[in-house]
Amino acid sequence: MGLLYPAGFVTLVVLVIGLYLLFRGDGEVFNVGYFLEAVSPYAWANIGIAMCIGLSVVGAAWGIFLTGSSIVGGGVRAPRIRTKNLISIIFCEVVAIYGVIMAIVFSSKLNLVSDEELFSGSSYYTGYALFWGGITVGMCNLICGISVGINGSGAALADAADPSLFVKILVIEIFSSVLGLFGLIVGLLVSGKANDFGA
Amino acid sequence: MEGLLFNVNSGYIEGIVRGYRNSLLTGQNYSNLTQCETIDDVKLQLAPAYGDFLASLAPNPSTASLASKMTDKLVAEFRYLLAQATGSTAKFLRYLTYGYMIDNIALLITGTLHERDTRELLDRCHPLGWFETLPVLCVATNIEELYNSVLVETPLAPYFKDSLSHQDLDELNIEIIRNTLYKNYLEDFYNFVNTHPDFKGTPTQDVMGEILQFEADRRAINITLNSFGTELSKQERKKLYPEFGRLYPEGSLMLSRADDVEGVSLAVSAVGDYKAFFDAVGLSQGGSGGFGNMAGGSGADGKSLEDLFYQKEMDLSKVAFTRQFTPSVVYAWLKLKEQEIRNVTWIAECIAQNQKERIGNYISVF
Repeated sequence: MGLLYPAGFVTLVVLVIGLYLLFRGDGEVFNVGYFLEAVSPYAWANIGIAMCIGLSVVGAAWGIFLTGSSIVGGGVRAPRIRTKNLISIIFCEVVAIYGVIMAIVFSSKLNLVSDEELFSGSSYYTGYALFWGGITVGMCNLICGISVGINGSGAALADAADPSLFVKILVIEIFSSVLGLFGLIVGLLVSGKANDFGA
Repeated sequence: MEGLLFNVNSGYIEGIVRGYRNSLLTGQNYSNLTQCETIDDVKLQLAPAYGDFLASLAPNPSTASLASKMTDKLVAEFRYLLAQATGSTAKFLRYLTYGYMIDNIALLITGTLHERDTRELLDRCHPLGWFETLPVLCVATNIEELYNSVLVETPLAPYFKDSLSHQDLDELNIEIIRNTLYKNYLEDFYNFVNTHPDFKGTPTQDVMGEILQFEADRRAINITLNSFGTELSKQERKKLYPEFGRLYPEGSLMLSRADDVEGVSLAVSAVGDYKAFFDAVGLSQGGSGGFGNMAGGSGADGKSLEDLFYQKEMDLSKVAFTRQFTPSVVYAWLKLKEQEIRNVTWIAECIAQNQKERIGNYISVF
């Protein structure tokens, strides 16, 4: 609710400026096509790579603190859970590794090219492919990391209460850790068709 | 969505409380305890769960000292949690101590009224309800003085706002103060878990809402049952009922008009659970069951209404542990632990007094 008034104000300002430009005959200032063409494909590609690794790391870190704090708390009274439950932490960490792998794959497509080659169709395609591929991988890994983290937190507490529950919850945890893999595969497919810059 | 950020501040606490809960006595432990011949045997049986805390007890200790050592452990564990808690969880935990504060205040004023020794009274106060100005309470003679000199700086001050008057403190007044404070406390707590942004729409709201509603209803029913045959007028009685809960508002209104046990059972009949309790102890047929805890009333299975309420409270507390990412497990654990102490005290008392036939009258949860 706290953001309602600022959001309303921003919308109002944008609307007023937009209508002002439109009625003054300057409506073409809003040219999405021009904007997309003018932005360098390098920018798209690098934002994509940054999103890929950044969101993945956020997801992994998020999962690790969710799981870690529960392991620490549960481990006070049941120290036997601490080693077993490291597997949950590893599952979270894997999510960051997916992000690193994809960032490396994406960045291998970057090359220094001349201006003419940069604004060619092939380069645009590569730029957009890396951008959306990076977003796909990053978001998938973010959600996957949180999901594994919540599962891992439950696994640690359940294991502390009843050791026979550990394997059962681990199975569920594996399913959530696979979600990140889906993002990785789709990211590979999306970037696979894109040529290197200048190729 | 509570799972996303709850663990940042409170994951550790939750893990610890669940660890505490796992070390609560089980049905197996209780049946071992009932086989004991002496209090020393009881002590030995409790050793794995209580460890060092019972070690300093003299051989064949009294049940009271056994219970106080067990309470010491509970208090130590709770204080650790309180020390680890931050933010809204810390506030939640502090809310749990207010109930004990109210009990302590009532205890001290009553004791002072009967001219008991102050130090002895302070010893009997619950450590969780301790606050710095508590010893000063002994000098208060009327409510206004009590408020201005002592309570204005405690968290309980807002709960006093409606009950301020110039009356002198007497037995009935103290009970009224106590129940008014408790009513205001419960309402405030209920409001806190329902409106605080960290708890709204989380399992905390669900679990605590249900538990507090039950608590409110239980208090309303108990106040009504205990008021029969006293000078408390119906008007004043109505003011003591918490204004939420499953009985509120129709049931509360009917409760406030009840003249006898039958009227009470009619008032609560709208809620299935309570109706079942009244049926079980035979109060609804106008029978004369016992209200007291573990009094071994005349009802079914030798259970009194109080026992059934405790049973229900334990069930709610047990169910609370099925939800994750909520501090309400602390509340549940506290209640379970208190019941455990009551159980052990009961068993020890039965052994000490050679009343083995009633030893099974405890409430085992796990």
